[in-house]
Amino acid sequence: MTGNVPDDVRMLAERLTSPEGPELSCEECFDLLDVYVERELAGAEAGEAMPAMRAHLGGCSACRDDHDSLLALLRKGSGA
Amino acid sequence: MAWTVTTESPGAGAAVSLDTVSREWVTRLSCSGAERDAAVAELHELLLHAARFEIGRRRTAFPHLGGADLDDLAWQSADDALMSILRRLGDFRGDSQFTTWARKFAIVEAGVKVRRHAWRGREIPLPPAFWPAVTDAAPSPQQHAEARDLLLALQEEVGRLAARQREVVVAIVLNDVPIDVLAERLNTTRGALYKSLHDARRKLRTALAARGLGIEWGEQP
Repeated sequence: MTGNVPDDVRMLAERLTSPEGPELSCEECFDLLDVYVERELAGAEAGEAMPAMRAHLGGCSACRDDHDSLLALLRKGSGA
Repeated sequence: MAWTVTTESPGAGAAVSLDTVSREWVTRLSCSGAERDAAVAELHELLLHAARFEIGRRRTAFPHLGGADLDDLAWQSADDALMSILRRLGDFRGDSQFTTWARKFAIVEAGVKVRRHAWRGREIPLPPAFWPAVTDAAPSPQQHAEARDLLLALQEEVGRLAARQREVVVAIVLNDVPIDVLAERLNTTRGALYKSLHDARRKLRTALAARGLGIEWGEQP
């Protein structure tokens, strides 16, 4: 039924109920973050290969921020 | 010395060879004397660059801080990341480049410090700051009714969660409190709080399904 509700209500419901299925803890996410980001940079389907990691990044905004920053830093070039 | 390590994940049981640059980093950081000191200094420079990058991305979170304060935060992040890396050097398995592995420590340290700094002195709001109202602008009476029913169900089911789960859901999902800020205030870990959030979400999914309000996101365009 959620396909018929306005976007703001639907998005709230999504944030309150997803991700669904197996996902990693924040600590496991940290351990694998470098591997996941390098796969993304290599053009591989990181989320397909590591679905529990993808699920966690979808549900944890702090880990997603860390992921986005590491990816952006490496894309920009290290400079070091 | 054989530069091959065994990893459980992502390739369980697979042997991973360190690339040349990573091997050099680990060798230099594992020795002693001037060579190690030089490697530590180079690593700190790399971490400081990463921390400054992260803080630069998040600086809008604290407009009251000047450049010197922000750079001090970057230095603290690099220092803490360096200590963590030296302590956990044996954990590096070569699944990624050493510099990528090291930079994530600085990014995470800086991210945590930024979020905590931005919330310093602020109270964690306990009541939900935001429950969207169903407006009369809903495209049709049916959509208006469905939105109202879903919203009411969400409010009721959040209210039925166990106290800690409700606290975590309200703070993190409804009030956008960063999880590491909440963990610090509640004297617990980010992982423990995320487990509570994960369990609460599962309960909410089950409860909504029992009401015939199963979430089917595949319906969305």
